[in-house]
Amino acid sequence: MTDTAIALDQRVGRLSKFGKWFRSDLRGAISLTFLVALIVISALAPWVSPYSPTAQDFDATLAPMSLTHWLGADDLGRDTLSRLIYGGTASLYASFLAVGVAILIGVPVGLLAGYLGGWVDEIISRVIDSFLSFPAIVLAIAVTGALGIGLTNGMISVGIVFAPQLARLVRARTLVVRNDLYVDSARCFGASTGRILWRHVLPNTIQPVIVQVTLLLAGALLAEASLSFLGLGIQPPNASWGAMLARAYQNMEIAPEQMYPPGLAILLTALAFNALGESLRVALDPTMKGR
Amino acid sequence: MSLSRKRNLIVRRLLQAVPVILLSTFIVFGLLKLVPGDVAVTLAGDNASDARIAEIRHIYGLDRSFFVQYGSWLWKAVHGDLSNSLVSSESVLSSIARCFPHTLLIVALAMLMALIIGIPLGIAAASRQGSWIDNFVMTVASLGVAIPNFWLGMLLVAFFALSLNWLPATGAVPISEDFWGAISHAILPACALAAGGVAEVARQLRSSLVEIMSSQQVRTLHAKGLSPSAILWRHGLKNVSVNLLTVISLLFNRMLAATVVVEAVFAVPGMGNLIVNAAIHRDFPVVQGVVFAMVLVVVTLNLVTDILYSILDPRIG
Repeated sequence: MTDTAIALDQRVGRLSKFGKWFRSDLRGAISLTFLVALIVISALAPWVSPYSPTAQDFDATLAPMSLTHWLGADDLGRDTLSRLIYGGTASLYASFLAVGVAILIGVPVGLLAGYLGGWVDEIISRVIDSFLSFPAIVLAIAVTGALGIGLTNGMISVGIVFAPQLARLVRARTLVVRNDLYVDSARCFGASTGRILWRHVLPNTIQPVIVQVTLLLAGALLAEASLSFLGLGIQPPNASWGAMLARAYQNMEIAPEQMYPPGLAILLTALAFNALGESLRVALDPTMKGR
Repeated sequence: MSLSRKRNLIVRRLLQAVPVILLSTFIVFGLLKLVPGDVAVTLAGDNASDARIAEIRHIYGLDRSFFVQYGSWLWKAVHGDLSNSLVSSESVLSSIARCFPHTLLIVALAMLMALIIGIPLGIAAASRQGSWIDNFVMTVASLGVAIPNFWLGMLLVAFFALSLNWLPATGAVPISEDFWGAISHAILPACALAAGGVAEVARQLRSSLVEIMSSQQVRTLHAKGLSPSAILWRHGLKNVSVNLLTVISLLFNRMLAATVVVEAVFAVPGMGNLIVNAAIHRDFPVVQGVVFAMVLVVVTLNLVTDILYSILDPRIG
C-alpha cells in the first residue's frame, strides 16, 4: 500500500469512528450540529440576515414579531433578527479569542512547569494560584478600565484569567506522562526538550485540554455577554448578544419580549458548548465508558 | 493527629498564602502600568497644564521607579490607605466599606439558597441514579450552569417585580437600617445568582456521592447487611461533607464575580457597581482598590477552607 493510501485509510477509519459516535450520543450530536449551524450562519451573516444590523426603520421602533421583522425591532427600529445574527458573530469571535489566548498561554506554561519541575514548577504553580484567586470578570473589568473599553481588550483579559485553569490541567497530565517509556526513549535518542514536549508530551495531554476548552468556550461566551451588558465590551452601534440584552432591559416595561431572543441565544449556545464538552469527556476517556 | 502537627499545618498554609497574596497585589498594581501613554496625563484629565501634570506625577510618585512605587503602594494598602477616588475624592477604603455589605448580603443569601436547594437535589439524584428524578436534576443543573445570571435577573424583575409586584425591582437598603427591607431587596438578586450555585452544588454532591456509593467500603457495608438508606445517610454523606467545603469556597469566588453583573441589573450600590463605574470613568485607584479587596477576600476564604479541610479530614496532614 502506498503512503497516501494508508493516510486515506486512516482518515476513513477516523470518519467512521466519528460517525459511530455521532449516532450513539444524541446529546453530543445535537450540540455539535447546533454549534456548526451557528458558526456557519455567523460566517455568512451579511448574506443571511434580512436587514443591515444598523439600518433603522423608525416605523418599527420596539415593534413586536411580524412578517417584516420576524423577531421585532429594538428601540431604534433596528431589526432584532439581523442584530441577533451579527451579534452572534461578535459573541463567537469574542469567545474564540478569549479561549485562544488561554490556550496560547496556558498550554506552554503547563507543559514547562510539569516537564521541568523543580523551582520552575514551584514558581509557576504559585503564579497559577494567584491568578485563580481573581474573580474572572472582575479582572477583565479592571483591564478594560486601564486599557480602554472595548471587546478585544476585555476578552484578552478573560483569556488571561482562563489560562491558569488550562495550565494546571496540562501540568498535572505532563507530570504523569513525562516518566513514560516513550518520553525516556526520545530523550535517549537525543531529542531536544522542545521536540519532546511538542511531539511526545503534548499529544498525550491534549484530550483533557480539548474537553476543558469546550467548557471554557461557554464561560467565555457568558463573560462576553456580561462585559457587553455592562457597556464595557462591544461598543454601539455594533451588536452582541450581551449588548442587545442591555438595550432590551432599558425598554423592558414597553417591550419585554425583546429580551427573549438574545437571552435564549446565549443560553442555548452555552448549553451546547457544555453538553459537547461533557460528551467529549465521555468519548475521549475510555474509563468513563458506561457511566 | 496531634495538636502540634495541626498547628504546624496551619502555619504552613498561612506561609503558603503569603506569596499568593503578594503576587496578586503585584498583578493588581501592574494593572495601572497597562494604561497606554503617560498615566499622569490621563490622570490629570483634559486641558491640564504642564505644571499640573508634573504635580500629579509627583503626588502619585510616578517619577520614581516601578518597584519603589509598588512598595509604597503596598505599604499604604497594608495600612488601609488605598488612596482616593479621582472622581469623587472619597477615600477608596470608605467606598469599599460602604459598598461591600450590599454585595456580601446578596452573595450570602445566594449561597444559602444554593445549599438549601442544591443539597437535597444532589442527594435525591444520587440515591436514585438513572431515574427520572436523576434526569430532572441533571437537566436543571445544566440549565443552571448555562443561563446568564443577569438575564435570569431580568426575567425575575419582569415577573416578580413588574407583573406581580411582590418584591422591589431595584435598589438596596442597608441592613443596619431596615433588616426586612434589606432582605426583600436582596431576594431577587440572590435568586439570580443562586441558579448557578444550585446547579454546582447538586452536580458535585451527586458525583461524589455516586463515587462513594460504588466504593469498596460501601460494598462491605452492603455485605454486612446494612440497608441502602442507612449507608447513604450515615456513611455516604459523612464522606461527602468534606467535598462540600471545597464547593462552597469555589462557589463564593464565582458568585463574587457574577454579582458584579447582577448588581447592574438590580441597581444595587455594591462592589460591582463601584468597579464598573470606576472602569467607565477610568478611576484607577478605585478599580485597584476593589480588585485588591476582592482578591483578599477570596484568598482568605481559600485559606480558611484549606485549614478547615485539613482539620476535618484526618488523611491530610
